[in-house]
Amino acid sequence: MNVPALARGGVLTVALLALPLLGLEHWVLNLLIFTLMYAAMSSAWNLVGGFAGYPSLGHAAFFGFGAYFIGLWFQHHDVVSGYEPFVILPLVGLLAALVGAPIGWIAMRTRADVFAIVTITLLFVAQTLAFNLDDLTGGAQGLAMPTPPFELARFEWPFYYAMLWILLLSMALTYLSMRSKVGLSLDTVRADEDKALGIGIHVQGVKVLSFSVSVGLVAMAGGVWAYYETFVYPQFAFDPLITIGMVLMVFLGGRATLWGPILGAVILVPGQQYLAYKLGGSQLYLIAYAAVFLLIMLLMPRGILPTVADRLRRRRAVGTSSDAGPPTAAPPSAGAGSSVPVPSGGTA
Amino acid sequence: MHALIQGLILGILTGGVYALMASGQTLIFGIMKVVNLAQGAMVILAAYFSYTLFADFGVDPLLAIPLTTAVMFGLGVVIQLVFLRPLKREDSAQLSLLVTFAVALLLEGFMSVTWRTTYRSINTDYANASWTLFGYQFTVVRMIAFVLSLVSLGLLFLLLNRTRFGRAVRATVQNPMSAELLGVESKRVAALGFGLGAATAAAAGSVYGLLYPFNSGSHYDLISELLSIVVLGGMGSVGGAVIAALIVSTSSAVVATMFNPTWSSFTFFVILILVLLIRPQGLFGTVERGAL
Repeated sequence: MNVPALARGGVLTVALLALPLLGLEHWVLNLLIFTLMYAAMSSAWNLVGGFAGYPSLGHAAFFGFGAYFIGLWFQHHDVVSGYEPFVILPLVGLLAALVGAPIGWIAMRTRADVFAIVTITLLFVAQTLAFNLDDLTGGAQGLAMPTPPFELARFEWPFYYAMLWILLLSMALTYLSMRSKVGLSLDTVRADEDKALGIGIHVQGVKVLSFSVSVGLVAMAGGVWAYYETFVYPQFAFDPLITIGMVLMVFLGGRATLWGPILGAVILVPGQQYLAYKLGGSQLYLIAYAAVFLLIMLLMPRGILPTVADRLRRRRAVGTSSDAGPPTAAPPSAGAGSSVPVPSGGTA
Repeated sequence: MHALIQGLILGILTGGVYALMASGQTLIFGIMKVVNLAQGAMVILAAYFSYTLFADFGVDPLLAIPLTTAVMFGLGVVIQLVFLRPLKREDSAQLSLLVTFAVALLLEGFMSVTWRTTYRSINTDYANASWTLFGYQFTVVRMIAFVLSLVSLGLLFLLLNRTRFGRAVRATVQNPMSAELLGVESKRVAALGFGLGAATAAAAGSVYGLLYPFNSGSHYDLISELLSIVVLGGMGSVGGAVIAALIVSTSSAVVATMFNPTWSSFTFFVILILVLLIRPQGLFGTVERGAL
């Protein structure tokens, strides 16, 4: 077992568990909930987009699935204690994973670019369905959820802990897959899928597994979100910007790393909220967001963690000997399995 | 039967516009292996240009086409130079996808600020005119759209098959490395090719503005339709894109006239899924190389 990695995880968990006890303001907690939500979803997206190298642009379809499932469930069931939606959350995740498996199986018959196309189409189809099946979804009117009966002083706590729970679940699954044959298989698929198939890796199996787990996690986040917002509208539940958020955070932090997506979320969600607050209402917000996106892609295409880890490694390598490739003690959280080793001077 | 034929007529006439949009998209993919998610946004931007030219200066959208095409060509070249050329890594395909998505958002933001988000339509005096032939309706606008699209496609075909630039483009699509060895400047071809893709988007946009009301968010609907067409036709195949556009638009028009307009937008998705199940490389795609 990797003790430092587990220690880091433990410290983070305890710190995040204790955070609400500090008596934070409502808006801070609100911001934290969204940060945790995006961290969880980016971490989940990373399983497919980062590790398997399949850039799904359709994850928001499953976010909306989770949101609508919770929304529809409580059209027919009452909320008494207020915790019922959280109780059925695992069911939401499981169902989304089950729905996701055949979709992934079909979509992953194609390679990276076409896969992205198919998934983004899936997102728009899901949105159109939500608009058009108005007997079921209420169409553009949306669905209203019962108001959560929590006392005002601690209103955000259940949502905070639910999002935290999803984040930890997602990170644990990522960690486990990185330490297991699944992670190795995914690395191989990303590097060269045909060779992976040639050396006997069950390519389709691991791809669909990662997709299915990933969308299940995202759907759970969608469920919590719906309950927190207490309403579900098609254009917000199936928002392309939600997908883009996940993708962006993973790219910013570093693909196929354990901590990259979380770092990305911690930087971008508050930044995004600030932009929305400053430029809110006007569509300048969209322009600013796209500009940030483009800058990240152009200046740091590999993400923060891999870039920084490379720098550190190179500095260390200068001290000992000439370039000897990744040393034995490469920290798994940052460098390992990030991408094919690029000779120095790859990124400027 | 009457509804079926009327649907077919409608679908074929509309199919021309989609063929034009999709041919630009598939061209860009063929040359650079870039899935341009901003194609829809470029179409809508061009539609706004011709809207402004019409509403503020009284220029007929059909006359505006050369102007919008030239402007969008320049814009396309700039987008390629600034955002796509710097991506040189082995995973540039994935990055370029996200970059073009960001460009689409940028354009959407720009359009919503400039023209706000209310729906616009270009109401020329022939907008509602139609001919009736054997009991079937032929709206003038759709006829014009169809003819214009055919003309533009014909010009594109001539450009690709009868000029040196066209030969360089086709060589790059077939085998980028050999093309470069034979003296094709792949960087220049990429920049001009992206410009060309944007120019077809411009021509299509002016026509699109005549046919449908649009706002800055319309590019989302457009892009998913375009992408299904491109996948159906085979990524990188211009001929495939044209045929796929006709198939998709006629089948969705038939669904709209015979059953329910609400579900017509699902037709393309059903087709897409069938294609992926039966022939993932599309009708005219090759697995390894692009074909043109």
